[in-house]
Amino acid sequence: MCCTDAALAYVEAHAAWSEANTTPSLGRNYEAFVSRDPAGMARAEFAVEGVRCAACMSAIERGVSEIPGVARARLNLSDRRLAVAWAPEAEPEIGAILERLDRLGYAAHPFDPRRPADAEAAETERLIRAMAVAGFASMNVMLLAISVWAGNVSDMTPENRDLFHWIQALVALPAAAYAGRPFYEGALRGLRAGRITMDFPITLGVVLTLVMSVVETARGATHAYFDGAIMLLFFLLIGRVLDQAMRRRTRALAENLAALRSETAARIAPDGSVRDVPLSDLAPGERVLVRPGERVPVDGIVERGRSDLDRSLVTGETAAVPVEEGATVHAGALNGDGALVVTVTAASGGTLLDEVEGLMRRALEARSSTLVLADRATRLYVPLVHTAAALAFVVWLLAGAGPHAALMIAVAVLIVTCPCALGLAIPAVQVVAAGALFRDGVLLADGTALERLAGIDAVVFDKTGTLTLPEPVLAASGDPAVLAQAARLALSSRHPMAAALAKAVPGAGPWPGAQEAAGLGVRVLVDGVESRLGSPAFCDAQDQAAAALAADPEASVICFRAGKGTPVAYPVRQALRPDAAEVVASLRASGRRVVVLSGDRPSAVAAVAGWLGIAEWEAGLTPQDKIARIAALKQAGHRVLMVGDGLNDAPALAAADASLSPVTAAHVSQAAADALFLGRSLAPVLSVLTVGARAKALMLQNLWLAAGYNLVAVPLAAAGWLTPLIAALAMSGSSVVVTLNALRARGSRPERWEPAAAPAPAVVAPAL
Amino acid sequence: MSVLLLVIPIALCLGGLGLGAFLWALRSGQYDDIEGAELRALSDE
Repeated sequence: MCCTDAALAYVEAHAAWSEANTTPSLGRNYEAFVSRDPAGMARAEFAVEGVRCAACMSAIERGVSEIPGVARARLNLSDRRLAVAWAPEAEPEIGAILERLDRLGYAAHPFDPRRPADAEAAETERLIRAMAVAGFASMNVMLLAISVWAGNVSDMTPENRDLFHWIQALVALPAAAYAGRPFYEGALRGLRAGRITMDFPITLGVVLTLVMSVVETARGATHAYFDGAIMLLFFLLIGRVLDQAMRRRTRALAENLAALRSETAARIAPDGSVRDVPLSDLAPGERVLVRPGERVPVDGIVERGRSDLDRSLVTGETAAVPVEEGATVHAGALNGDGALVVTVTAASGGTLLDEVEGLMRRALEARSSTLVLADRATRLYVPLVHTAAALAFVVWLLAGAGPHAALMIAVAVLIVTCPCALGLAIPAVQVVAAGALFRDGVLLADGTALERLAGIDAVVFDKTGTLTLPEPVLAASGDPAVLAQAARLALSSRHPMAAALAKAVPGAGPWPGAQEAAGLGVRVLVDGVESRLGSPAFCDAQDQAAAALAADPEASVICFRAGKGTPVAYPVRQALRPDAAEVVASLRASGRRVVVLSGDRPSAVAAVAGWLGIAEWEAGLTPQDKIARIAALKQAGHRVLMVGDGLNDAPALAAADASLSPVTAAHVSQAAADALFLGRSLAPVLSVLTVGARAKALMLQNLWLAAGYNLVAVPLAAAGWLTPLIAALAMSGSSVVVTLNALRARGSRPERWEPAAAPAPAVVAPAL
Repeated sequence: MSVLLLVIPIALCLGGLGLGAFLWALRSGQYDDIEGAELRALSDE
C-alpha cells in the first residue's frame, strides 16, 4: 500500500542525485495544531521570535487580521505569543499565518494544543488573588489597629476599643482563612509527607495569633494582634507571587524556544499523505518522513531511504554516519542529503535513550536527597523557637504568673518569631538572582540550583555543541562580493550548511523566486543568469570541492556558481564558540579545574583541548564513563559543574553538583540541567558561577539577619513587653531589611537583555 | 461616637470596592500582558 504514496515518491525522487530532480519540497499541513473551542471557533497559538516594540505588535496584529477568515489576532508581548482565532465558518490555515509572519520578518511556530495545560498560570492567579485579599485586609485592619494604639495612650473608652477589635476580627478572620490557604495547604502536604517545611511555623503562628486575639478581644483586653497575623501573610504572599512570576516567565520563554525549534514530525498517513504533527501525536508503529537537512524527530528504524546522519547531538561524534534500510536512528540526529522514511519504535528497553534515562533518574535521585539551605534553616529554626516558647511558658508559671498570663507570653514568643524574615530570606534572593541571570540570557530551572552553583571548583565541558557552536560555520570566505551573492541564495535553503553561509553575511535579503531542490541545492534566475548553490555536482564544482577538502579534511563543502563563471567551494565546519578561549582562561585564572569529557574521536577532542589550553581531556566516552569521571572528581573533593548538550551528556548533567546546557541541547539534557543558556557565547558559564556565589552569600547574610532579629525580639516577648505596635514594627522592619539586602543579588549591570535578540554578527569564528 | 458606625462601614466598603475592582481586572485578563499594555496605550487604534 505504501507504493503509491506521496512520501515514497518523495523519497525515491530524492534518493538519486539527478539534475532532473528539482521538484519543490512537500507542502506542510499543520491541521493538528488547531484547537476548537465549544463555540466552534478555531484557535491556535504561536511562539513569535523577534518582537521587541509597539510597532512590531501592531504590524503583526494588523497583518494577521487581514488574512481572510481570521477573526482576531492578539499578540502578548510579555510571553511573545500570538493568539489567533478564526471565524466559525472559515477554514483555519496555519500555513497562511506563518507565511504572513515570515513576510513581515518574524519567525514563528504554532504550539501543540495538547501540551499540558498551563497549571502555572492558574497558580499565579490564585496567589495574586490571595495577595490582593491580604493586602486589602492588612490595610484596613492596620487603620483600626493604629486607632486603638493611639486610643490606648489617650482617651479611648474600653467599649470603643472592643468594638474596633471586633471589626478587625470581622475583616481579618475571613481574609486570613482565604489568603493563608497556600501556606496551610503547604504545611499539611509537608506533614503528610513526614516533613516540616517553612509553611508549618507560618501556619502555626498565624492560627495561634488569630485564636489568641479573638480570646483576648472576648475578654476585653487591651491588646489584639490581628494586624500582625494578616500583615505577615501579606508580606509572605508578595514574596511568593514574585517567585511564581519569575518562574512562569522563565518557563514561558523556554516553551517558546522549544516551539520555535519546530519540533514536529512529518507523519505519513496510511493513505500516503504527509502532514506535520506535534511529537506528542506520534504512536509507535507510525511512519514519519525525514527530509534532507531536518533533525530526526523520534527514535525509530529506517524503513526506506539512504542518507548520512550527523549524530553529534546524540553521541558527540562529529563525523557523519551512513544509514540505510533497517538502521536504528535516534531523535536529535541531523539528516544529511537523502530523505528517509522512519518507523517509530516504542520506548522498549535496550535503546540508548532508555539507558540514558535510567542513569539520569538514578543520578537525580541521589542529588535530590541532599538538603537545600532553606530546609536546613527550617530544621534548625522550628525546634529552637518552639522550645523558647515552651520555656517562657514554664518559667513564667514557676515565677508565679497565672496560667493565662504565662500562655499569653508563650504565644507572644511564637508571634514575634513568626518567620517573616526567614520566609523571605531565601526566596527573595532566588527571585532577584534568577532575574539577573535572565538578563544575561540564562534560564534558571530551579532556584535551589543557585546554592549548588556557589562552591563550584571544577568545570567539566562536553565538546560538541558546548565548546563548539551547535551549528557549523563558514571556515573560509574568499571574495566578499561572491560571498554576498551566495549568502543571499543560501537564505532560500533549509539545509544547515546553507544556513552557515547565510549567517556569514548579515543583513542580506533572499532572492525572490529562488527554488530549492532538496538534496541538490537552490537555484535562481536573475536577469537571465542562473545562480546555483548546493552540492559540488549541482554546481559543477567537483575540482574546487576536492581542493577545499584536501586543504581541510575535517570540513564539508557547499558550492556556489553564478552563470557560467568559475564555481566556488566554501568549506563549512564545526567551530569554537567565539569566546570559548577567554571563558576557559578566566575559569582557570579563578583556580578552577577545567576538564573536557567528550564522546567524539580523540583527534577531534585533542584539537579543541589544545586550542583552548586544556590539559585534562578524554575522548570516546560513553554516558557511564562520563558519570564515572564526574564521580571521581567529586570523590577527590571537587564540586563539579557539568556543561553539556548531547543526549549522552544527560546522565552526567544530573550526576554533577550543578549543570548547565545550551538551549540547543537535546530534550533529555535540557530536562536534566539546572539552567539553560541562550546564544553563541560561552560567557553564561562565568555569569552563573558569579551570580550563584553572590546569591549564596546573600542568602546566608539574610539568614543571619533574620536570626539577629529573633535574638532581639524573643527576649522582649519572653519578658512580656511585647505590644502589637512593637510586633508590627519588628516584623515589617526585618522583612524590609531582608528584601533590600536581596536586591543586591542583581549585581551592577543595568543593560537589559532581549530574549529574542537578533543573531550575533556572523564573525567567521576561529576554525579548529 | 455614633458617627463611627457610619464612617467605618463606609471605609470598609470603599476598600472592598477597590479589592473587587482589582479582582475583576485580574479575571478579565488585564494583567496577562503587562509589557504589551504599556505600549498599546501609545498606539492610535
